[in-house]
Amino acid sequence: MALITCDKLSLGYEGKAILEDLSFSIESGDYFCIVGENGSGKTTLMRTLLGLIKPMGGCITFGEGLKSSQIGYLPQQTTLQKEFPASVREIVLSGCRSEKRIHPFYSKEQKNTAQDAMDKMQISHLARKSYRELSGGQQQRVLLARALCAASKVLLLDEPVSGLDPKVTAEMYEVIEELNQKEKITIIMISHDLGEAIHYANRILHIGNSIFCGNVEDYLQSKEGRYFAHHVCSLPEGTHFLRKPDGRKGAGHDGHH
Amino acid sequence: MGIIETLSYYMQYPFVRYALIVGVLIALCSSLLGVTLVLKHFSYIGDGLSHVAFGALAIASVLKISNNMFFVLPVTVICAVLLLRMGQNARIKGDAAIAMISVGALAIGYLLMNIFSTSTNLSGDVCTTLFGSTSILTLSREQVWLCVILSIAVVVIFVLFYHKIFAVTFDESFAKATGVNADFYNLLIAVVTAVIIVLAMNLVGALLVAALVVFPAISAMRIFKTFFSVTVCAVIFSVIGALLGVLISILAGTPVGSTIVAVDIAGFLLFQLAAAIMHR
Repeated sequence: MALITCDKLSLGYEGKAILEDLSFSIESGDYFCIVGENGSGKTTLMRTLLGLIKPMGGCITFGEGLKSSQIGYLPQQTTLQKEFPASVREIVLSGCRSEKRIHPFYSKEQKNTAQDAMDKMQISHLARKSYRELSGGQQQRVLLARALCAASKVLLLDEPVSGLDPKVTAEMYEVIEELNQKEKITIIMISHDLGEAIHYANRILHIGNSIFCGNVEDYLQSKEGRYFAHHVCSLPEGTHFLRKPDGRKGAGHDGHH
Repeated sequence: MGIIETLSYYMQYPFVRYALIVGVLIALCSSLLGVTLVLKHFSYIGDGLSHVAFGALAIASVLKISNNMFFVLPVTVICAVLLLRMGQNARIKGDAAIAMISVGALAIGYLLMNIFSTSTNLSGDVCTTLFGSTSILTLSREQVWLCVILSIAVVVIFVLFYHKIFAVTFDESFAKATGVNADFYNLLIAVVTAVIIVLAMNLVGALLVAALVVFPAISAMRIFKTFFSVTVCAVIFSVIGALLGVLISILAGTPVGSTIVAVDIAGFLLFQLAAAIMHR
């Protein structure tokens, strides 16, 4: 059984549907990218998967004993957070879930989880630093470490590289790929950047006027993929896609734009 | 007489001791919650609620309710819940809702006092409620006890839920997504804020309450960088400000509320200066 299965989902706010009849499934270990134009309902879909809003129709089923609250979440940063006086340790620890409602102190186990997460993100040396003094890329790593505290199987990333410079963007994608490959964490990512999505993901969900879900290769042959690639991301006409040495599919040209 | 002698002379009087106890407790509670309110951009809720409390106080005095706390407190708590709900409603924006309720309560309160008051010194009464000029020096034993009990409750709630309050303050969506009942904690924050506002109104009056919430938090944030240290610093700042304010007002014969706020402003400027020097 798939990790997450969505069947005939309708999504929207206050009785107005943005997306209808959406069916797809996410397998354990996937690097799953959700692409689509602005306003096509990417973030709404993500909030529905997290259980923050209820679907207007259809259903989401979780396999392998997963609950929606066990999905780690990397939200888009708010301006409020960028100025927030909190240490890195405080923020990462706040991701640790606890069954008890009242817990004035963190347990040893929770502290270890937080330390592991900081080690994986290579931010242990920043633990005592204030969040608002970090660079954009470091802040993103802190939030990713917090998401790791909350979940060990699935991470949902909402535009994880928006506002980062190219070098930091590349590092961020590397970190995410490592989590997917080494830690076997299922990645679900919302992305604007189709080039990167094609480069890293193994499966793509395109939402908008028409819906496509499938492998990257098939996507590029589909009419949604061709339109999106050529008109929205302006990849050169006739871009061909090669199999990379590690068996993943990537764009044949090497230019990230 | 020297300052020490004057003070020890005044300390003999229970009303001065009451004023100091209540002042410190209120300062402590308001600054605890102040950090969260400022960071959540909720400080205007504190302001709005204080106006509501003024309106409720006016109604209580018109209805001649002997212990007005038992009327003012529930009304303010209910309004806090309503404001929070309206803030989440997309149709009426949060800030407009606050403006409507706070100005409405202020106007109705003054209107009622004007129509029904039998007092010969109406403007004096209104001024007292708005600026808390002398009310802290006329506290009864029961009011002091009520204040002590409510303050302890606020501190206990804050300590028990500290980590959850931090999580909800920093990132509500994330907290919700990981199974934290964020709505419950928002409600808790709103109710505790209402309790603090009503308590603080005795000290500094309705118009100046927001100062006790905002100044310690903003000052602490200028210098300290972690949530824990900001909270601790805000509490210390606020308690010292209240102590100094009450003492100065006794020595100089100035109104208690505005003296405390003036001390807080001076403290804020000091912190600004210190921060400017540190960042150079």
